[in-house]
Amino acid sequence: MDLRVPEQEKAFRDEVRTFLEESLTPEIREAGRMVTSVFAPVKEAMAWQKILNDKGWAAPHWPKEYGGTGWSVTQRAIFAEELVRAETPPLIPMGLHMCGPCLIGCGTEEQQQEYLPKILSGEHFWCQGYSEPGAGSDLASLKTFAEKDGDDYILNGTKIWTTYAHYANKMFALVRTNRDGKPQQGITFLLLDMDLPGITIEPIVGLDEVAEQCQVFFDNVRVPQRNRVGAENDGWTVAKYLLTFERGGQEYAPGLNVMLEKIRLMADKQQTIHGPLSSDPLWQHKLAALEADVLALEFTEMRIKSALSAGKDPGALSSMTKILGTELLQKVTELRIETLGAQSVIWQPQALVPGEDQPVIGPEYALTAMPHYLNSRACSIYGGSNEVQRGIIAKAVLGL
Amino acid sequence: MNFQLSEEQQMLADSAQRFVRDHSDVEKHRQNKALMPLDTSTWQQFAELGWLAVPFEETHGGLGMGPLETMVLLQALGEGVIMAPYIATVVLGGGFLRHASTEQQAKTIPALIEGRLQLAFAVEEYERVFSLENTALKGEVKGGDVVLDGTKACVMNGDQADQLIVLARTAGQPGDREGLSLYLVDANADGVERTPHRTVDGRQGAEIRFNQVTVSDAARIGELHQGHGIARTVLLEGLLALSAESVGSLSVLLNDTVEYSKTRKQFGLPIGKFQVLQFRMADMFIAMEQTRSLLMAATMKWVEGHDDAEKAVHAMKAQLGRAGRKISQEAIQIHGGMGMTDELNVGHLVKRVTAADGLFGNADLHLMAMAQTA
Repeated sequence: MDLRVPEQEKAFRDEVRTFLEESLTPEIREAGRMVTSVFAPVKEAMAWQKILNDKGWAAPHWPKEYGGTGWSVTQRAIFAEELVRAETPPLIPMGLHMCGPCLIGCGTEEQQQEYLPKILSGEHFWCQGYSEPGAGSDLASLKTFAEKDGDDYILNGTKIWTTYAHYANKMFALVRTNRDGKPQQGITFLLLDMDLPGITIEPIVGLDEVAEQCQVFFDNVRVPQRNRVGAENDGWTVAKYLLTFERGGQEYAPGLNVMLEKIRLMADKQQTIHGPLSSDPLWQHKLAALEADVLALEFTEMRIKSALSAGKDPGALSSMTKILGTELLQKVTELRIETLGAQSVIWQPQALVPGEDQPVIGPEYALTAMPHYLNSRACSIYGGSNEVQRGIIAKAVLGL
Repeated sequence: MNFQLSEEQQMLADSAQRFVRDHSDVEKHRQNKALMPLDTSTWQQFAELGWLAVPFEETHGGLGMGPLETMVLLQALGEGVIMAPYIATVVLGGGFLRHASTEQQAKTIPALIEGRLQLAFAVEEYERVFSLENTALKGEVKGGDVVLDGTKACVMNGDQADQLIVLARTAGQPGDREGLSLYLVDANADGVERTPHRTVDGRQGAEIRFNQVTVSDAARIGELHQGHGIARTVLLEGLLALSAESVGSLSVLLNDTVEYSKTRKQFGLPIGKFQVLQFRMADMFIAMEQTRSLLMAATMKWVEGHDDAEKAVHAMKAQLGRAGRKISQEAIQIHGGMGMTDELNVGHLVKRVTAADGLFGNADLHLMAMAQTA
């Protein structure tokens, strides 16, 4: 057991830093600073993905033969950390982190050749058609039906909480192809174009007044059967494979550390009658409690990476990091609004839209605090709610 | 001991509940995504219902009621998305007017009661953690005048106010209780620069910059350098009102969540049948009722002038922050994706309760104040 970073990896860190320094445009940096969600502003995030892809760095977590970088686990961790430090907007995950790995694991060679390069380039913008109005935590109860008709399926039904469906040109979806037997057994995984006749998209406005989610309706939508991933009625296996990426593929600690550092700087500027808030023992206690939790999470995440690099299955640790990462993010955003007091009550969402040039009222560092607090409430709901994750730990780990 | 509402108080509660039933419209409210002018028709109805007259003496045309009635009214209004600036104008603004000179009162109170005057308390400042003693905005006493210079932040209703009540430092340093003075300032006076903004709770406020604004000494409320006492009294009543409104909102967050859990089915059952959610909703209920108890404790002790009344008000504001956080967060989580939209009452009431914790000192600050209150 050893925490020291080898010399050659220090050089790698410098290489990443230099690249970031040289290639980040002011627009992309601004979008990164203004992020209040795991889903960054589309235009800037896609511009950033293009720059990374030109360098060959858009998908370090993919195997090299499919367009990955071939980096070691440590190098990938350094890269992820540097992206967070430079406050780059996070890349939109549905293609690079969800559909891509899923096709690499479960897709045909033809599907891989057709889709993977366009995921990397950003030509295809994917959305995830999983949840339905009646199927959230209980995803397997989904009802959108795909009826076989010649070489096609005909889709009817609706999907909800489909992030960025209004920007997407592709969707990967779970649909029902058999209503008999256990609900999990009649599900099929399909890829489809968002401009097909019969698809309508209705954006849903969130608490932060941003339309991030959508409801998507299918009215006799014709999808070729060759767009199926995996076998018919075996989509649940594909979905489970993908969900392990959605839940475990993300690292929370680096971003949380940066947020905590910034909160400390904000607290330096807030004057109490006894001096800066950052010197108030009660406030220090709250910050320290979060720092301790984040340090623990950082090492839990490293244990997962270490297991993965040794070819072992980290198992339910990924459910654990999803719970910890999202709930710590929520607590960190909570400490930030508490640190800012009434300054976080000022509501100016237009000033967060990149390129709007809206003058900021109050300290600029306070601008993202409330929208981020509100938006982060979604993190314990999506990607398998934290209740579902706790259920997985109880069942799969504790054998209850 | 009597915890029953009087006939008068019951009528007030009934009329406010009726108003919420008829006028709380989340669909209409969520269309407002930009700065809006004051909803004068709602404000006129408040005037006609007599609500603007609640805390004023009968000699001024008021109803001669007090914080108990304000509590009853705001608890009921807090159950809906009614955004009228009642606390800013009537409770805080009106609270200061009750301490103003006879001439000031004659010029303002009748107009306020008729719905023709909007007020705002300019107290919060940027990068200064809230407390009255922490006020830095400079008031330089020059002969019979005072010259105000500095910026007030997030002044609730500051965008609509005709008159501002400004807490200024006329002597000493931030941290001193002495050396604070209160002024009633025309919001459109020379040198007053207002930048209006929305606030997260669906209301509006303003950043107000005072550029060497000369104010006559006749505009002072209370003694020179001794403004802390009045400011504290009015602020504590404001905290009671803010808490009462939020208690109304919390009760709706609880009820809506329980109702949703009875109809939303997953895994073949209403989610309310799952014990893990039952326990959490039971805890929401406990937090809600504890908050209601503290609201009554603080308001009744305050009205009756008990020795520990101030302590109870701090306890109330702290509870509002802590229970508010818990109930809000659980309400969203149990509603799932629907709780994250701006389509339900839930989201808007969560924002109101969150803002209430952020204004005038959060839970930590009030627990500390409680610990330090004799």
